[in-house]
Amino acid sequence: MSYAYYPGCSAKGTGRAYEESLRAVFGALGTGLDELGDWNCCGASGYPAVDAVKATALSARNLALAEGARPGPVDLIAPCAGCYRALLKSERTLADGGPVAARVGQALGAAGLQYEGRARARHPLDVLVNDIGLDRIAAEAVRPLRGLRVACYYGCLLVRPYATFDDRRAPTSMERLLEAVGAQPVDWPLRTRCCGGSCYCGGPLIGALPEATLRLSHRLLKDAKRRGADVIATVCPLCQFNLEAFQGQMARKFGEPVDLTVGFFTQLVGTALGLGDRALGVHRMLHWRLPEPAGVKGGAHVQA
Amino acid sequence: MGLSQPDFVPGRAPGAADEVLPPFCIQCGTCSVFCPMIEYMDYSPRVLNAMLMAGRYDDVLRSRAIWACTGCYACTVECPKQLPVTESIYALKRASMRASAYPRRFVTPVLARQFVRMINKQGRSSEAWISLALYLRTRPLQLLRYAPVALRLMRRGRLPLRHESVREPAQLRRVLAALDVTTVEDA
Repeated sequence: MSYAYYPGCSAKGTGRAYEESLRAVFGALGTGLDELGDWNCCGASGYPAVDAVKATALSARNLALAEGARPGPVDLIAPCAGCYRALLKSERTLADGGPVAARVGQALGAAGLQYEGRARARHPLDVLVNDIGLDRIAAEAVRPLRGLRVACYYGCLLVRPYATFDDRRAPTSMERLLEAVGAQPVDWPLRTRCCGGSCYCGGPLIGALPEATLRLSHRLLKDAKRRGADVIATVCPLCQFNLEAFQGQMARKFGEPVDLTVGFFTQLVGTALGLGDRALGVHRMLHWRLPEPAGVKGGAHVQA
Repeated sequence: MGLSQPDFVPGRAPGAADEVLPPFCIQCGTCSVFCPMIEYMDYSPRVLNAMLMAGRYDDVLRSRAIWACTGCYACTVECPKQLPVTESIYALKRASMRASAYPRRFVTPVLARQFVRMINKQGRSSEAWISLALYLRTRPLQLLRYAPVALRLMRRGRLPLRHESVREPAQLRRVLAALDVTTVEDA
């Protein structure tokens, strides 16, 4: 069993640990990920601000390449919530058969490509919960995350605007998944509130509104901590980076230090499956400290 | 494109007939309540819609509010009229860029253009190079403040300097070039 896989640019950079832990978890569950041969950038939030039709075409090419690589229906796994939304938007635009669909179809044709509507974007959280299944994952959890209090952070684009597998206001997939491997999700109403990630690009010290980005992320971290979270689990490399990398700046700017481990949900699931730190990209984190009983290799982690 | 729009029709962006803006906003303010960026906007999303309905298109294109939008879709999901608020703001960003109306010293439009150039050329983005280019073009001194984080990322292999490209940039360019022929933008 294997899925087609669209990594996206961040998976090769700041989000490398996401790709590593994703591959490790899927591998441990006997599921392969075949990286799309010649994938291109999804266009993120920058491209649609300049040209909406070309932005649609960027993801259309990726969908077409996925269809070219496999017969029949193709599930294309996109771990980055931003890429995932871009692919979904493209899928919907092409399916509605309007003028944009026609133009993008012609443009693909000009390059010898075709999108038939066989490929669809899937998020790994969806695949783990709904294809592989919680029972199966719980059965494989040889080192349950007992007592680990997790703030499950969905951010903006995983369930908005399309909500393909969960509720767009009150999603629960991540809580159910992490509960299945022994963790204890904390009640956290801010879990779908924007982290400011898309306006930080290049670092929040320079983004559109540097202070805003830090402020949005700081509020999330502070509230997760207040609610007793030991760790924030993310589903997007931008959210993860944004919440992890600038805690020092936030402390200086707002005078209220936050000191919270922010990882990928796949790293936590992988830990429960008994996978090692190295396989899960833990060594790439700027800060990683889980409390004793749930901690990997039975010990508290030194700040990296 | 000039900013004066004698032919302005509520719900239609001048110069881009197919760009749909919310024409029937009921001014309930739900979008503003759910907007995480509202405190950084000069006009709230509700007020932006009011301005559009009143034909104050120029002011909307010059606002910083549209550039403060992170595109998180909270407004879209909550709008009781199910207006595509976020997509409209994307359309306004495009119109603001075409008209060169965006506030100066605002880096998002610069970033967006830089990003598009990078994708058109190489097909993939490099976080390291896009950041570097942006700092150099806008606030070079801030590089010093970002450097410690950048170095920590580099040590962990999270900020590779090698810029990956698609294997067939020519194929991608053919797709994009085929869309150059018409000027009408559709949302």
